[in-house]
Amino acid sequence: MSTATHTTSADHGHSPFLQHHFRDMDQQFNTAKIGMWLFLVTEILMFGGLFIGYGIMHASHPQAFLAAHHHLDRTMGAINTIVLLFSSFTMVMAIWAAQTSRKGLVILFLVITLLCAATFMGVKYSEYSHKFHEGLLPGKYYTHEGDTVPGQFLFFSFYFMMTGLHGIHVLLGMVVISWLIFRAVRGDFGPDYYGPLDVTGLYWHLVDLIWIYLFPLMYLIS
Amino acid sequence: MADTLTTHGNGHAAHHGDYLDDPKGLASWLTTVDHKRIGLMYMWSVFFFFLVGGIFALLVRIELLTPKQTIMTAEMYNRVFTLHGAIMVFLVIIPAIPAALGNFALPLLLGAKDVAFPKLNLASLYVYWTGALMAVTTLALGGVDTGWTFYTPYSSTTGGGVTLMVLAAFVLGFSSIFTGVNFIATIHKLRAPGMGWFEMPLFCWGMYSTALIQILATPVLAITLLLLCMERVLSIGIFDPQLGGDPVLFQHFFWFYSHPAVYIMILPAFAVISEVIPTFSKKTIFGYKAIAFSSVAIALLGFLVWAHHMFTAGMSLFAGAIFSFITFFIAIPSAIKVFNWIATMWRGSISLEAPMLHAISFLLIFTIGGLTGLFLAALSTDVHLHDTYFVVSHFHYVMAGSNLIAFLAGIHYWWPKMFGRMYNKRLAAIGAALVFLGFNATFLPQFVLGSRGMPRRYYNYLPEFQSLHVASTIGSWILASGLFLIGAYLLASLRQPKSMVANPWGGRTLEWETDSPPTTHNFEGQPVLQHGPYDYRANPAPVGVEEHIH
Ligand code: HEM
Ligand SMILES: [Cu+2]
Repeated sequence: MSTATHTTSADHGHSPFLQHHFRDMDQQFNTAKIGMWLFLVTEILMFGGLFIGYGIMHASHPQAFLAAHHHLDRTMGAINTIVLLFSSFTMVMAIWAAQTSRKGLVILFLVITLLCAATFMGVKYSEYSHKFHEGLLPGKYYTHEGDTVPGQFLFFSFYFMMTGLHGIHVLLGMVVISWLIFRAVRGDFGPDYYGPLDVTGLYWHLVDLIWIYLFPLMYLIS
Repeated sequence: MADTLTTHGNGHAAHHGDYLDDPKGLASWLTTVDHKRIGLMYMWSVFFFFLVGGIFALLVRIELLTPKQTIMTAEMYNRVFTLHGAIMVFLVIIPAIPAALGNFALPLLLGAKDVAFPKLNLASLYVYWTGALMAVTTLALGGVDTGWTFYTPYSSTTGGGVTLMVLAAFVLGFSSIFTGVNFIATIHKLRAPGMGWFEMPLFCWGMYSTALIQILATPVLAITLLLLCMERVLSIGIFDPQLGGDPVLFQHFFWFYSHPAVYIMILPAFAVISEVIPTFSKKTIFGYKAIAFSSVAIALLGFLVWAHHMFTAGMSLFAGAIFSFITFFIAIPSAIKVFNWIATMWRGSISLEAPMLHAISFLLIFTIGGLTGLFLAALSTDVHLHDTYFVVSHFHYVMAGSNLIAFLAGIHYWWPKMFGRMYNKRLAAIGAALVFLGFNATFLPQFVLGSRGMPRRYYNYLPEFQSLHVASTIGSWILASGLFLIGAYLLASLRQPKSMVANPWGGRTLEWETDSPPTTHNFEGQPVLQHGPYDYRANPAPVGVEEHIH
């Protein structure tokens, strides 16, 4: 017959961040990671739908897409690519700083990440307002004059859908990173507890990755 | 010691409040992160929308009683059947088993205290309510007349509340994704010590494969619906052929989600049936691994067959033939399951309690539904049957018949665990019979109607179809009376005192090891698995329960 087994978990009662339904911090950390990975899969699939739609429309209107993409500013796009890549790096450094108990550095790296994100949005803002000004808008709001190839609005339909959705993800990331900064200042993170930094990092890398696909697809068509 | 552990059932109820009453008050329910409470709130919501969708269904059937106008105009009719379909699919059938029963039972079956992300779980309920509210608001905006599939280009041009309805479906998709993410993480990480993957109850495998589809398919629907909204608001030109778009692209996107989604609706039904049949046959399930793996196989195969909904939408013959061919394969894993369930019942000591009655009607109804799928999967017959009542009947057999009857089986199975009370078993048997008879009376005639050429979604019809329509409408009333009866005795049972034993059915899965209703933390300690889920040997090892940890 059975005997009851006592497992008194070593971590139990030690970390104030252990939620009641987990046995120990490891289990909690790994669960959070699985959750984030699954969420990222859904994100990739969602953007995947847009990428496929873009591919199909590009294939059926190649001249319009080629002509339209000249209206995008490659320099701006390139700057934003570098900014995002760098912010992914500082995000990783923030996790490293937490693992090695450097509270000041955690805050510093998170703030740099946040500033990069803000820079990205600033550049996007100036790109968008320029496009708005020239009437380079999606669908029926497209009023740009002097086009030689018809149907260029289709390109901008996708441009705004895809960069817009991506931008929303950057904004969401900024909200989460600000919250992390708040918690870092409070002193929540250390070698025993850095899960939230880690999963936010995963999210942030995905936002970066999607941009890395968007940039050549939209700005560098040939 | 073992004895005190296994009989701990009701003993502790005195000093640990059960989850229904501890803590008390509406606010404590609305802010709860307890999976059991969230499951119940989902269940009541699903019941409510089932009632609303059901009333629309009865109205549709009454309208079809006569060949010409009976009670409503053609415009009304379009809106009523669209709302019926959209409510039933997005608000009832998709969440019914995973979000209501799954939330309640999954952690208990795994021996866990909660799902992996309790707050996300509560968020998903609020997201569901938001989506539901949006869907219902469309009524005020003049309704929606596109059918639940929102085909373009009609849906991008027609008036009414289409944008809001489509956004509602988008929002509801997130609720479904949250639940899926939660369940996969829970199953991976929160199984009781000693519970390997193949010691999990099959319900968990069913929830796992459902969750896989939820996270792999729903995002595609989300983006499709978003594009449709943009099409309506900005005329972005993706689906509108006048602007250079491709209306069939919408169908590809839609069915790439919605074919897998039909399995979001049926895999949970399999999950429930796989629990009920062994418990009421007192026998180990036959072919555990075959059932487990066939669920996952269905989940993955489901992504390869979407275009069988578009055989007549201008596909090349070659593509049609390929999709037809792959579609036939889908039937194999389902057939394996049916075989295994019947083999489990074979020579078992079967007790015909209400859950088992529903499980048996499920077996009959699902077999009919699955087999008629083969007629539709064959290219040549589908050209004749497409968009007729045959299709209507097919999907009602698999969605309404199979999913909802399995839902009823699950409700009756876990009701004593949920509320600590038993319903009137005599009435339950009558209810099960009425539902079975009513369902078949409603939908069998529709197969005949369809094969004779009665098109779906038509307001008026030729007089020679009338007798079958009348039969179907009368069937819908029998079905409705069965459902009302079930609702009535279930509600009545809640007025009795809680007096249920821990394990009324003699089940061997972990949820039966704890009180009925369970305490707030599910188990007194951490249960440790010592026997498999379907161990009906004469003297099986009891489950050990660890002593209080938290
Ligand atoms: C097992 C659960 C199943 C569910 C829940 C299900 C559900 C559905 C639904 C909802 C539709 C109609 C969609 C619409 O146009 O509104 C449908 C149509 C169809 N089903 Fe199923 N189905 C199932 C099984 C099968 C199987 C096993 C097969 C084939 C082997 C199959 C083949 C088809 C085909 C080919 C159509 C398209 C018919 C047409 O529109 O011409 N289904 N099914
Ligand atoms: Cu299908």
